[in-house]
Amino acid sequence: MTTLTVAARPEENVTLRPVPWRRMAWVTWRQHRIALTAVAVFLGALAVSLWRVGIGLHHAYAAAAACRPATSPLCDQLQTSFTRMDGFLVNGYVLQAVPALIGAFAGAPVLARELETGTFRYAWTQGFGRWRWTLAKLVPLAIVVTAAAGALSVLCSWYYRPYLTTGNLFLPEESPLANLFVLRGVAFAAWTLAAFAIGALAGMLIRRVVPAMAATLAAYIGLAFATGLYASTTYRRWSSRTSSTRPPPRGSSASGGQGAAPR
Amino acid sequence: MNVIEASGLGKRYGSTWALRECALAIPAGHVAALVGPNGAGKTTLLNLAVGLATPSAGEVTVLGGRPPGSPAALDGIAFVAQDTPMYKNLSAADMLHLTRNLNRRFDQRYAEDRLAELGIPLKRKAGKLSGGQQAQLALTLALARRPRLLLLDEPVAMLDPIARHDFMATVLTAMADDGVSVLLSSHVLAELERVADYLILVSRGRVQVAGEVEDLLASHRMLTGPAAEVGRYARRPVVRLSRGEAQAHLLVRATADDPVPPGWETHPVGLEELALAYLRDPAAAALPGPARIRSAEPSELTR
Repeated sequence: MTTLTVAARPEENVTLRPVPWRRMAWVTWRQHRIALTAVAVFLGALAVSLWRVGIGLHHAYAAAAACRPATSPLCDQLQTSFTRMDGFLVNGYVLQAVPALIGAFAGAPVLARELETGTFRYAWTQGFGRWRWTLAKLVPLAIVVTAAAGALSVLCSWYYRPYLTTGNLFLPEESPLANLFVLRGVAFAAWTLAAFAIGALAGMLIRRVVPAMAATLAAYIGLAFATGLYASTTYRRWSSRTSSTRPPPRGSSASGGQGAAPR
Repeated sequence: MNVIEASGLGKRYGSTWALRECALAIPAGHVAALVGPNGAGKTTLLNLAVGLATPSAGEVTVLGGRPPGSPAALDGIAFVAQDTPMYKNLSAADMLHLTRNLNRRFDQRYAEDRLAELGIPLKRKAGKLSGGQQAQLALTLALARRPRLLLLDEPVAMLDPIARHDFMATVLTAMADDGVSVLLSSHVLAELERVADYLILVSRGRVQVAGEVEDLLASHRMLTGPAAEVGRYARRPVVRLSRGEAQAHLLVRATADDPVPPGWETHPVGLEELALAYLRDPAAAALPGPARIRSAEPSELTR
């Protein structure tokens, strides 16, 4: 029997060529297509509503900014209608929840579901190998959600442009713009990636889907508050200090830096 | 070649040892049965062999010296875990596709033929299959990988007698056709007598007995004689003594040629009887004998 076994497998001692990565791509897609579709639909819906509200906002801003003389009742009305358009999006609370939701719903179940249902004992004993399996799942999913968030943040930057325009006269002194920092540019994508990583880690440690999702949300909220209270204040102070060493641009330095400086 | 070799192998969870001081060398070409009560360490040993757990002490290698969990080891080992975990929302066809994508070898034709033979519809979701069908699907996925070692953790525990019989028949066919070595854990002793030709008894985290069934049966005898004269038999280690009113039964380590005291009868033992005797008396593990590792020479000779 033993000799037969050996004879039947001449290829055995040849150096093993690992299973190609691309085959795992199908596996990742097949198992996470629902989650990925949900993320796409969710972000897509947000993007559409941002776009629609944003167009109105841009028009209102343009109308208010172009109005002369600025103190006339008509201009006043235009300005009021612009500042009232901020709606639910202006403080960015809804958008700030996006990375947390992606982390909880797309990140946490990746490992937690395998561990909870016991399927890791199937997946991690196949020829592909468990480290490669884990990488082949987490890396593409992380890239996809980060890229999607990055795309949304481009839209966010466009959306908020009227508020951030230099010399914007219509914003109140106590502006909510501190919150917008995380929504613009690379920060939003980075937050999403961080939330996804927190979710994956929580799933691995907690090994159950729902508690891992809850832990992800909790950890993300904690981190967001911590950075809101400490890190971004420091950052703004730092950026205001660096910008004050430069010659101030004409009459426009009032917008970002001064708000945080007098503390 | 030894499909599994362990020395001083131990696994600790918290402060309890699930397995300790395990010394094993299971030669290729056997259907080896890993037998023991629940919580004895069977699953731990299998998890260590397949790389899902790492040893707390000692070491284990598979397929002639490969580290468990390494690509070379995973390539040659197929593992069907307890309760046959599968993605319940995937169809049987998807499970085939998945397994094919995750392995270097996959015999799609074999897998499809076997599922057709078993009447398992390819389009049905794995979660909607009966327990027996799920077990058969998991076994088919494992065998289609054309492994050299098949590890089965309590494969038949949840199955009805017919499904159990069919499952074991599949394993034996694969063994005969493909020369795959098999290690299966079970606490269903009756089933093993028919299929296993190598026995490993584990209890309380220790390996009690390990050896070829033929050798084990040839080296144990059941002695029956007057209860009052039990003390007279002292030539060979007694594994288990059961004393009735008039008669006593001794399971002893002895061959058919060993002399028997006058007034005593001797019978050969069956596998189930032997296993039960050891399992009922974990202290018998203290006895020297078949629990020792069989070095390379005897397994070389048996080829």
